[in-house]
Amino acid sequence: MLKHYDISGTDFSVAGEASSNFKVVLKKLGISPDIVRRVSIAMYEAEINTVVHGGGGECDAEVLDGCVKIVFKDDGPGIENVELAMQEGYSTASDTVRELGFGAGMGLPNIKKYTDDMKIETQVGVGTKITLIVNL
Amino acid sequence: MKVSELAAALDLKYVSGAQAQDREISGCYIGDLLSWVMGRALGGNVWITIMSNINIVAVASLTEAACVLLAENVVPDENVIKKAEMQDVIILSSGKTAYELAVKLYDITK
Ligand SMILES: Nc1ncnc2c1ncn2[C@@H]1O[C@H](COP(=O)(O)OP(=O)(O)O)[C@@H](O)[C@H]1O
Ligand SMILES: [Mg+2]
Repeated sequence: MLKHYDISGTDFSVAGEASSNFKVVLKKLGISPDIVRRVSIAMYEAEINTVVHGGGGECDAEVLDGCVKIVFKDDGPGIENVELAMQEGYSTASDTVRELGFGAGMGLPNIKKYTDDMKIETQVGVGTKITLIVNL
Repeated sequence: MKVSELAAALDLKYVSGAQAQDREISGCYIGDLLSWVMGRALGGNVWITIMSNINIVAVASLTEAACVLLAENVVPDENVIKKAEMQDVIILSSGKTAYELAVKLYDITK
């Protein structure tokens, strides 16, 4: 079961649609509420990052045999120092993004907290790919 | 305690989701930074905030908060209310501060 989503980088009002949609899919599949909640929150943080930092991109979300796997890809600016970006409170978010309630620098730490595995592949000037795994 | 009982006891106005007022509440989280809320709020919490933009609907829904309680007469835009209705997210509002609301909530649930 694979779902593909295009993530707009300009329309902030639809940011989160992919996560909301996939949450419904997971619920319908009868996956346990605790796992649905963890996947949804981690996915939402990654989706917001793809919108506000990556300038939009795409997402593939799938339920495999033993896990849920979600991949976000963008052609944005990339992350110069991943270790730094992973630290709680580190953020390069603009004032506009902060006014929307984001930019606390807790997104990547939240993703780490709620997933069983995460991987960031990124290159400055090329883009970012982030993979989230939550075991079933 | 149900959301409806909370609304009556604290004299709260329904902004959205009145049809879901039988939902049970347990505990409370206060915060305006959305990632902070997503990292710390628990399912069933009453989420008290002054943040009223469209993203509160997704955050309330994803964290499975029992309801959003907007303090200090904050009023969300029409599109926020529409989205909340679609996703069964209860939004309540009050003229009181987050502190006053939390104290009252504590009083009636202790
Ligand atoms: N897809 C991305 N493309 C470019 N930079 C990113 C991306 N995702 C995260 N970052 C960088 O990592 C930082 C930390 O991300 P995060 O923990 O989600 O905090 P926040 O989004 O609140 O800034 C961001 O401020 C940004 O500099
Ligand atoms: Mg973020």
